[in-house]
Amino acid sequence: MSGAKYIKDGEEIKEAILESGIKVKTIYTPEDVAHIDYARDLGNPGEFPYTRGIHPEMFRKRPWTTRQYSGFGSPRETNERFKYLISHGQTGLNVAFDLPTQLGLDSDDPRSEGEVGRVGMAVDTLRDFEIAFEGIKMDKIGSGLTINAVASIMLAMYQAVAEKYGFPLDRISATPQNDILKEMVGRGMWIFPVDHSIQLIGDTIEYSCKAMPRTYPVSICGYHIRESGADPVQEISYAFEIAITYIDHVLERGLDIDDFVGRLSFNLDIYGNLFEQIAKFRAARRLWAKTIKERYGAKDPRSMQFRMLAGGGGAGLTKQQPENNIVRGAYYALISALSGTQTMAICSYDEAYTIPTPKAALISLMTSHILLEEMGLRDTVDPLGGSYYVESLTDQMEKKIVEEMRKVEEIGGMASAVASGYVQREVAKLAYQQEKAIQDGTLIKVGVNKYIVEEDEKEVELHEYDSTALDEQVKRLNEVKRTRDSKAVAGALKALEDAARAKKNVMPYLVDAVKTYATVGEMTSVFKEVYGEYKEPSIF
Amino acid sequence: MAKPGLDGHDRGAKVIAYLLKDIGMDVIYTGLHKNVEEIVAAALQEDVDVIGLSILTGAHIPITEKLIKQLKEAGAEGIVVTVGGVIPSRDLAKLESLGVKAVFPGGTSFDEITRFFKEELPTLRQAI
Repeated sequence: MSGAKYIKDGEEIKEAILESGIKVKTIYTPEDVAHIDYARDLGNPGEFPYTRGIHPEMFRKRPWTTRQYSGFGSPRETNERFKYLISHGQTGLNVAFDLPTQLGLDSDDPRSEGEVGRVGMAVDTLRDFEIAFEGIKMDKIGSGLTINAVASIMLAMYQAVAEKYGFPLDRISATPQNDILKEMVGRGMWIFPVDHSIQLIGDTIEYSCKAMPRTYPVSICGYHIRESGADPVQEISYAFEIAITYIDHVLERGLDIDDFVGRLSFNLDIYGNLFEQIAKFRAARRLWAKTIKERYGAKDPRSMQFRMLAGGGGAGLTKQQPENNIVRGAYYALISALSGTQTMAICSYDEAYTIPTPKAALISLMTSHILLEEMGLRDTVDPLGGSYYVESLTDQMEKKIVEEMRKVEEIGGMASAVASGYVQREVAKLAYQQEKAIQDGTLIKVGVNKYIVEEDEKEVELHEYDSTALDEQVKRLNEVKRTRDSKAVAGALKALEDAARAKKNVMPYLVDAVKTYATVGEMTSVFKEVYGEYKEPSIF
Repeated sequence: MAKPGLDGHDRGAKVIAYLLKDIGMDVIYTGLHKNVEEIVAAALQEDVDVIGLSILTGAHIPITEKLIKQLKEAGAEGIVVTVGGVIPSRDLAKLESLGVKAVFPGGTSFDEITRFFKEELPTLRQAI
């Protein structure tokens, strides 16, 4: 959950302590910002260290991208949902995949039982992508792909489908999530061991900078780490340490920092105390710019610019009085806008108890439109810049993030910190403490432990599972398997295996395999054979 | 504590594991992506008193039914089964009829969970 802790005398607040442990003062004055040098610490928007934003004109020139999460059951339904959202002004797609696809299992695998098409689109072969992207202008609209362990396979599919529909590869833009370390901390969609997973991410970065230069090959997610219990400081520190792990790996391959780092982006969370989150994003932007310039010696200003999706907020929503979540979503969207985001995606009000209905998804989309069109959020850049409070808080957040990063580096960096379970333990402990604080009333959640309104019990509407989707999916998979050139498939899979064993970049081999209509499960099995599987560390 | 199926959201399972540790129980967490066979095998190997299933996907009835059947087949019907997660209230009676001793839907208070483990569980174990 979220919010500050308060020590009160009657109704008067004596002390306010943010989640990050920062004590908020009653008033802030010029003294609190006297040490700040405008040119050195803030700079104009579009100037190093980008505290105020990465572009000089920000939303005046181009509003943030709105990208509601979608992707339902079958590729055809997904295609319909895409077209519906585009017709309502959505400017980027965001594809959800079902759990079997995320874990590299085909729809006819026994382990996929009951899960095919349940929380997103099922993908077995290129045929499914052909249906999902039919009639979508892939050169005009980019796609976020919520996929991690098998992101390399989905990126290969994205390339193959774009080629099939005649879009030049230098015009298409995919943003696969492709951040496996965060999956091992929260969300749990991992397959391969830590080192091999990082290697696969390295392959996608190295490959896409040349083959699909508009791709953002990795979206580093502080988001899910925060949703799993981390505080805002840990969210950013862990995300930065993850990014550093990927960067160091790619640098070992001989690439120059400026070749790829500008294509890494971040996916971060927006729930919690409003000012603390805004300071978090401003601090992250400044610290990232300094890290990339000073630690890595980048020269290209674009490398130093921190690009983010600031969205979601699911952990802040409540099942109780769900309509209150519309209001929370609006404030979260405001946080995102005031923080100078590139992309916004707001959790829908019914997400605490169901997969969003079309109406709820539309309200989220309209929330973003209202901010842009009615509330003046496009008028001026970084309107809170210079606020005694916000600048002082930005400074303090940055210091705390640096301290937390040091802790991870002292135990050998993020790959070790995840392999040993250190991060998982820190995050789970905090989740427990937060829950305890809500239960004992130290942390207030409206409608949950204060201002409780008697309401009819909100029955959980579990998304009805549609087994006809499964039948259709398996039928299509069988049809593809029957009509594909099985020799070509076997050859491509063998070439993929050889490449993986020889530690070559597997991407070109995946593209070849995808084009023979090899299945996601077949390609994943090749990797499992060569790489093995991840074993979770025990944290208790 | 067990997490059956493919779902990777285990914040709830971990929070409850910490709570149970806090009230003095030994907790073993299976980790993610486990099928029922693996959970039963782990329970037998570790000689546990209770299995806590954490299920958020809506598949709680078939999974629980399968687990209890396999426990019986293994002669381990003495292991107490509890279920937590996203559980609609209309399913409570069904779960109890399958032999589940306690259901903790999302939002259940720590006090209630603590009471079950401290007060009810010892008598359930004695009865076996």
